Amino acid sequence: MAYLRSILRSGKNAVPAVLRREFHRTLPAAVQVTVRDAIKEALDEELERDERVFLLGEEVALFEGAYKVTRGLWKKYGDKRIIDTPITEIGFTGIAVGAAMAGLRPVVEYMSFNFSMQSVDHIINSAAKTYYMSGGLQPVSIVFRGPNGAAPGVAAQHAQCFAAWYGHVPGLKVVSPWSAEDAKGLLKSAIRDDNPVVFLENEIMYSVPFEMSEESQSKDFLIPIGKAKIERKGNHVTLVSHSHVVSRCMDAAAVLAKDGIECEVINLRTIRPMDMEAIETSVMKTKHLITVEGGWPQFGVGGEILARIMEGPGFSYLNAPAVRVTGVDIPMPYAKHLEENTLPQIKDIVFSVKKTLNV
Amino acid sequence: MQNMLTVVANTLKGGAKINGSRVVVSARSFADLTPQASFDIKRCDLHRLDEGPSVQTVLTREDGLRYYRTMQTVRRMELKADQLYKQKIIRGFCHLYDGQEACAVGIEAGINPTDHLITAYRVHGYTYTRGVSVKEILAELTGRKGGIAKGKGGSMHMYAKNFYGGNGIVGAQVPLGAGVALACQYQAKNEVCVTLYGDGAANQGQIFEAFNMAALWKLPCIFICENNKYGMGTSVERASASTDYYKRGDYIPGLRVDGMDVLSVREATRFAADYCRYGKGPILMELQTYRYHGHSMSDPGVSYRTRDEIQEVRGKSDPITMLKDRMISNNMASLEEIKDIDAEIRKEIEEAAQFATSDPEPPLEDLCNHIFFNDTPFEVRGTSPWVKLKSIS
Repeated sequence: MAYLRSILRSGKNAVPAVLRREFHRTLPAAVQVTVRDAIKEALDEELERDERVFLLGEEVALFEGAYKVTRGLWKKYGDKRIIDTPITEIGFTGIAVGAAMAGLRPVVEYMSFNFSMQSVDHIINSAAKTYYMSGGLQPVSIVFRGPNGAAPGVAAQHAQCFAAWYGHVPGLKVVSPWSAEDAKGLLKSAIRDDNPVVFLENEIMYSVPFEMSEESQSKDFLIPIGKAKIERKGNHVTLVSHSHVVSRCMDAAAVLAKDGIECEVINLRTIRPMDMEAIETSVMKTKHLITVEGGWPQFGVGGEILARIMEGPGFSYLNAPAVRVTGVDIPMPYAKHLEENTLPQIKDIVFSVKKTLNV
Repeated sequence: MQNMLTVVANTLKGGAKINGSRVVVSARSFADLTPQASFDIKRCDLHRLDEGPSVQTVLTREDGLRYYRTMQTVRRMELKADQLYKQKIIRGFCHLYDGQEACAVGIEAGINPTDHLITAYRVHGYTYTRGVSVKEILAELTGRKGGIAKGKGGSMHMYAKNFYGGNGIVGAQVPLGAGVALACQYQAKNEVCVTLYGDGAANQGQIFEAFNMAALWKLPCIFICENNKYGMGTSVERASASTDYYKRGDYIPGLRVDGMDVLSVREATRFAADYCRYGKGPILMELQTYRYHGHSMSDPGVSYRTRDEIQEVRGKSDPITMLKDRMISNNMASLEEIKDIDAEIRKEIEEAAQFATSDPEPPLEDLCNHIFFNDTPFEVRGTSPWVKLKSIS
């Protein structure tokens, strides 16, 4: 289900096609890089930079990664730095956290964040809380990464979004990149961060190419954790999203633009700590807010954003109640048509915008 | 008690023989005492090992007095914690270690300070042997800012250099310890990690996951099961299909050790450290020990075992008494000097308790600090949207 690289910016309301955004005007020496390769570049650069960084997870070495994210890394760095683990999530997560406590900087790969549920005790009780519980004696520098949320055809046990679960926990940083630049800059920041970072990738995005600026190709290119990015400026409504759903927001924005509705699309990039300032600034301008996510509605990312808007300065600027567009509150079905209707589609976002704007 | 009287009588008799008149013990100079002696220790049960630790060990007077002092300090510290808990000055969970002192002290004697150690929640003894003062331990129990974790961790969350706590989730510390061992191997410093767990934790799945990876990757990890016969209120027979904990590592060699004898524990730990320090992989030790207190301060400890059993262990196998008797009867220490040590310890504990009850609690300004390491200060939401707190690394 990779997005097609087609040039459909015309007024056609076509078909499954995805519209390729024109990112920047021609910057010199920009290249097309898929999210997968951007992640790999980040890992490669950080492995090279710091001896203490190492990767572990299922199939990360010889198999070159279940989704080929770590292709070539084992050949380059060897057994000591790229470690294949047995299928024992709670065990290898605990081992990784212990190694971090003893001064190394592990990057743990989950073949899917759905498998991280087995390891949640270590992520939260052994990693997130330790610096606090020890009164500042014991830091834990570790990154947990892997595909999160929906993937095509994988059904209920493999499609859950964990942004809200991990976003709930003090002591964790939770990052959810969208573009290749996001993925690279944020993963490098995550690895250099001295604290536990949950890095939520998405399988749908792995093969999507993005233009990467020259700046972003530098080995020291970092994107700060905790800062959102405005992917598209607009005046009429603020759409806040993260991960693969940002693509849908951009597509919906293009559709709405034909009706003269200009959406401001905010790519959260980080779930925790969340960049409320960016959201509030935007809401003060557009006076309308819609959060869009793939995860379940109850106690979700959107719920948190709306609560904070209520409690903050943005509320008095709203001309309509802020709403959430989310995944349907059900386990993910398998049949294609059912699956499509479980995630927010472009038409759902367009519909919600028009309802909010009362047009 | 009977033993002690006999020993004292013998000593006095001895003095009388030499001088023809009654000689008071305290007049004896330390030059008369034996500088070291050889002791027989119990043979260990072995699993997948052709040879075990030596059945004879040499104890110097200096080491003996040090082990005695350390065990006695841990004993008195735990009894003081008991007292403070009953006075409600210590709250929440408090799992005491009295009875098991030989384990912590023997293990520390068998490894280097540069080695690493991690254990579960019955941790005060190890916190002390790993270098934290009684003062800082008691102040952490009473939740004061002078506590080792600044009052933010409590009984189960104490840390020090090369000491990783203090872990409240049963069994979680075992993969963590294997991870520390991975770091030792990675950094190639010939250090080992001692990873402790109890008979209750021994059935945890993640422990077997850790065994697998430790053996696969030959991690320098000494897994130690402190078998004190009861996981909370459940005896080993009621919890484990196999109570041969030293064999439960299957492909990992194991040994079963008398955990009430500090010399046995030391010898076994030396053996285990030698084994795994230079790349042979992990090893498993089961220490057979006993706790006098219940599981925690909220457990009187008699609903699942008899008072007679507790008394019997106290009378026959107390680790501190055993060491003292050995030293006295081999003329390696005088009763006077033991008494002096006891008095010093009592004073140290009193002073520590004094500090722990008078030191102030951490200030409210500290509430949100230490969330992240090496980070810029940030705002933390308080209990309501108007309350904005600050977090500093």
